[in-house]
Amino acid sequence: MEIGLSHYLTVAAILFTLGTLGIFLNRKNVIVILMSIELILLAVNINLVSFSAFLGNLTGQVFALLVLTVAAAEAAIGLAILVVFYRSRGSIAVEDINAMKG
Amino acid sequence: MSVAAAFFYLFAFVLVGSAFMVISSRNPVQSVLFLILAFVNAAGLFLLIGAEFLGLILVVVYVGAVAVLFLFVVMMLDVDFVELRQGFLQYLPVGVLVGLVFLAELVLVVGAWATGPGISAAVSAGAVAGHVSEVGNVQAIAKVLYTDYIYFFQAAGFVLLVAMIGAIVLTLRHKVNVKRQNISAQVARTPEAAIKVVKVRPGQGL
Repeated sequence: MEIGLSHYLTVAAILFTLGTLGIFLNRKNVIVILMSIELILLAVNINLVSFSAFLGNLTGQVFALLVLTVAAAEAAIGLAILVVFYRSRGSIAVEDINAMKG
Repeated sequence: MSVAAAFFYLFAFVLVGSAFMVISSRNPVQSVLFLILAFVNAAGLFLLIGAEFLGLILVVVYVGAVAVLFLFVVMMLDVDFVELRQGFLQYLPVGVLVGLVFLAELVLVVGAWATGPGISAAVSAGAVAGHVSEVGNVQAIAKVLYTDYIYFFQAAGFVLLVAMIGAIVLTLRHKVNVKRQNISAQVARTPEAAIKVVKVRPGQGL
């Protein structure tokens, strides 16, 4: 059986679903939520790259490169915020992050 | 089943399995390690589909930088992760429900996907001269990245610069009671300020 576009799209769909499920299941743990976001972005990248490869147009791969850049920046900033928050509060539980609540 | 198909299924199943372990693992360190495995397998999928540059970038950037950053933070923060897992099963039903709805919608979209009548002509017209088969993926990407998409490339560079400065500014701490070397003060010392010549008379002492 030849591997087609829909195979890759199905893998990306399952990966995206697992990412959203991870956000739901680990909603107290910011680190796992960040990792789930990385999984979601990876699923998006697989979609972009597979469309790019099967349609013969490189724009999708350039876009995936930009998504990769933004994901790396987001992980760096997110983890830096997490470290600063842990220093000031001594905890990273999501329900403790409510200082902005009115 | 051809070799490519066998490798596709290998990479896809390990990718999905390790992604499942990322979200369900008890220990966040294991989660990070499974995240690394997932990224390596996604890189394998990219190589299989012909996007060599992105596959290798995925290994370098994600496995080499982002995942290690995660690992570093997980190990540096002394957090009771068992407490953070409270309510895991409580959120399981709604999470699985939302996940199944998502998956069903996405599979429906994948099943019903079709190229529009004008799309394939437009795509092949916009396709870059020097596609994968002619010069290779890396050269083809370089040809468009540095010409057509140069502004996007520069913007990506700025995003990374801002992220780097932001991370440093956020986490840098100036400690108050640390004794530091003040080099300009050391260099500006003169003999007059540094030493005092005292004439001592013999037999009297100071």
